[in-house]
This record gives sequence, structure tokens and C-alpha cells, in this order.
Amino acid sequence: MSTSSPNSRVSLVSVPALAALSAALVGLAIVLAFWVAPEDADQGISQKIFYFHVPIALTAYACFGWGAWKALRLLWKGGERYDLESYVAIHQGTIFGALTLATGSIWAKASWGHWWVWDSNQLVLFLVLFLFYSAYFMLRFSIEEGPRRANVSAVYALFGVALIPVSFLAIRLAEDFIHPTTFTRDGPQMTGTMFFAFCVCWLAITLVAYTLYRVELIGKRLDANLRELREILTA
Amino acid sequence: MSYLSDVAALARKDLRLELRARDTLPAMLLFVLSTLVVFHFALPTGADEVAAQGLLWVALVFTALLGLARAWAPEREGGALEGLVLAPSDRSAIWLGKSAAVFVFLALIELVALPAFALFFSPLQAEAVLGVLLANIGICAVGTLLAAMAAASRTRELILPLLFLPLAIPLVVGGVGSSVSTDPGRYLLFLGLYDAVFAILCWASFEYVVSE
Repeated sequence: MSTSSPNSRVSLVSVPALAALSAALVGLAIVLAFWVAPEDADQGISQKIFYFHVPIALTAYACFGWGAWKALRLLWKGGERYDLESYVAIHQGTIFGALTLATGSIWAKASWGHWWVWDSNQLVLFLVLFLFYSAYFMLRFSIEEGPRRANVSAVYALFGVALIPVSFLAIRLAEDFIHPTTFTRDGPQMTGTMFFAFCVCWLAITLVAYTLYRVELIGKRLDANLRELREILTA
Repeated sequence: MSYLSDVAALARKDLRLELRARDTLPAMLLFVLSTLVVFHFALPTGADEVAAQGLLWVALVFTALLGLARAWAPEREGGALEGLVLAPSDRSAIWLGKSAAVFVFLALIELVALPAFALFFSPLQAEAVLGVLLANIGICAVGTLLAAMAAASRTRELILPLLFLPLAIPLVVGGVGSSVSTDPGRYLLFLGLYDAVFAILCWASFEYVVSE
């Protein structure tokens, strides 16, 4: 039963080291984004949020993808640990998705004067995904724990990765009849240092997400083991 | 051939049940007509016809939800799903049969709802009707699978709209586009793409939703 014991799998990097590394990288990213990268000619200081908003969004996608990959492994091969890993990845993805909505909203206010704009396809897509993955938790926690729940959650997680490109296409198509795009956000002409700062930020945020993923996984596994022990003791 | 005859038998079973009990179809029909009347009051004078065309899709999606919430009720109440899962046939046939039955229900409702819409608001283009048909496939494919998921949960009817609506947004985009756009071809193509992607996904994954 206890194939998911926290000590049974050897990991390449220990969590404290990972945490220290991601903290250092986030520090470096902040320095690079605010002091090294030049200020954007059009948008000024408000453009700095780009260095965090976009990496957070990309990280959220990565988490959803990772969760779906684990879900596929679960359906393909079976194995309890994939269920937990898929769930934790989607949990992190949803947190980062909510952060994307928050930072996107702040950016929209700073550059266009409104807290919410339907013109930004990415933001609308994240709203749809956020609703979709919020329902994932509702579904998961209303099914009794066991293989049925693992399977249903995994299938739903797989639907998520199919929904991402389909929704993106749908939102692009909807532009035609909803209203013409008045703002375009494409092509921030990045200089070399800006691009470097962006890459460091991206790496930092991804590492933070991975650290959080590992920490949550350890916590959840400990929880499961503890429950198992308690059941054995009371039995 | 035996796969298709399994599917046909399962779909026929659902249609026959409905023919005898008559509890879902009349409810869906009354719901869609009431919704159209509500729309009349929700659209103030001066709101253009295009708005009504968009609202039609809201009515269709919610009516489908009403039917989907009841889709697995006979199996659940009779405890028949275990029997179906254990039957010596491919489990995806259960999904396909149920989807086909839901499709027939939805098409029957729309046979009344679309003329009623044309009568109350504005006539529909042929492309819009084709859009409705294509969207029906997607609604039934995805909705039947999600309804089976919801049936496994404690909250059942409560959770189905939460699962279904985010997945229905692309269908609404395609449907509204095919009704109001000057170039409906793209939207019809998109609906076809959606149907293909999600039908394959549902077909392949249904087995995991019903088995332990």
C-alpha cells in the first residue's frame, strides 16, 4: 500500500536546496527586472509587471500540462502516486492561474485604465481555465477517495489540456463578432537585456512553482501515511 | 458490427424509457419555451436582433444541461450502471449509446425551439441551423461524459453545470459565430474540429470514468 512513502523515492535535489535556489533566483530576477533592464519607452514603469505576469502565466500552463501528463500516466499504467502528483500540479497551476488573472488585471488598469478588458485574449483564456480548474476541485472533493476518484480526476485533467488550445482558438474567433481589437499587446520589442531579464524571471518563477509542488507533495504524502498509520492503530 | 448494435440497443433503451415515462422531454421543451419568453422581456426595445441570436445559444446550452442532468438518472436509480459496465461489450459503447439518445432528445427539442425562436424574434439562416446541429454533437459527447462524472460524485446535479459550462464556451463561440458572422464557414469548421477532438477524447476515456 505505502508505495508513496516520502523516503522511498530518491530525488535529485533536496527541497531545502531547491527553496534556497529559487529564493536566490527570484532575488536576482527582481534586481534584473527593476534595475538592469531598461524602462519601456511607451509604458514606463508599469511594463515591469510584464516580467512577472508572463512567466507566471507560462508556469501555470506548464503546471496544467504536468498535471495532465501525470494523469495520462495514471490512466496508462496505474499507480496511486500519479493521482496525488497530478492533483498537486493542478493545484499549483490554479494558484498561478489566479495570480495571472491578478497581475493581468493590474497591468490592464495601469496601461488601459480598466481593471478588466475583454480585448486581452490571454486574460480571457485564463478566466475560462480558472473556472474549469476550479470545478476540478469541486469534482474531486465530492467523490469518495479511491480509484474511481483518481480516474475521474485524471480524465478531467486530460480534458483541460485539450481545452487550452480549443479555447484559445475560440477566443480568437470570437474577436470577429464581439468587437474589433482596439489594443494589441503583441510584439513588445525587447532589447537584449530585457530579454535576458525576462528569461531569468521565467526560470525563477518556474523554479518557485516546482519547489511549491515538491513541498505540497511531501505534505500530502505525509498526511496520507499518517492516516494510514492511524487506521492500522485503531484497527 | 456488434459494437454498433450494442450502441443502437443502448440508445433504443433510453428512447423507449423516455417514451414510456415522459419525464425529461416535456420538461426540456417547457424550459426552452419559457426561456425564450424571458428573453423577450430581457431584451429592451432597441436591442438589436443580433443580441437575440446570441441569447438563443444561452437557451440551448441551458436546456441541454437540464436534459444532461437527468441523462444517467435511470441507470442510477435502477442501479443498472454496474450491470452495463460488466456486460460483455466495449464500455465506450455505453457512452456512445447515451450520447446518441441525448442527441435525439436535443434535436427533438430544437425542432420546436428553433421555429419558435424564428417566430418570436428573427428568422435563422441555414448556417445557424447547421451550427446548432454541429454544436449538438459536441454538447452530447462532452455532456454525457461529464454527466457520468457528476453521477459518481455526491453533489450530482449541482456540479454538472460547473463542469460543463467552461467546456461549452467554445461551442457557444462557434454557434454564435455561425449565426451572426458574415463568414460562417470558419465557425462551422471550428465546431467540427471541437466535435472531433472531444468526441475522440470522450470515447477513449469513458471507460475510466465508469470503472473502478
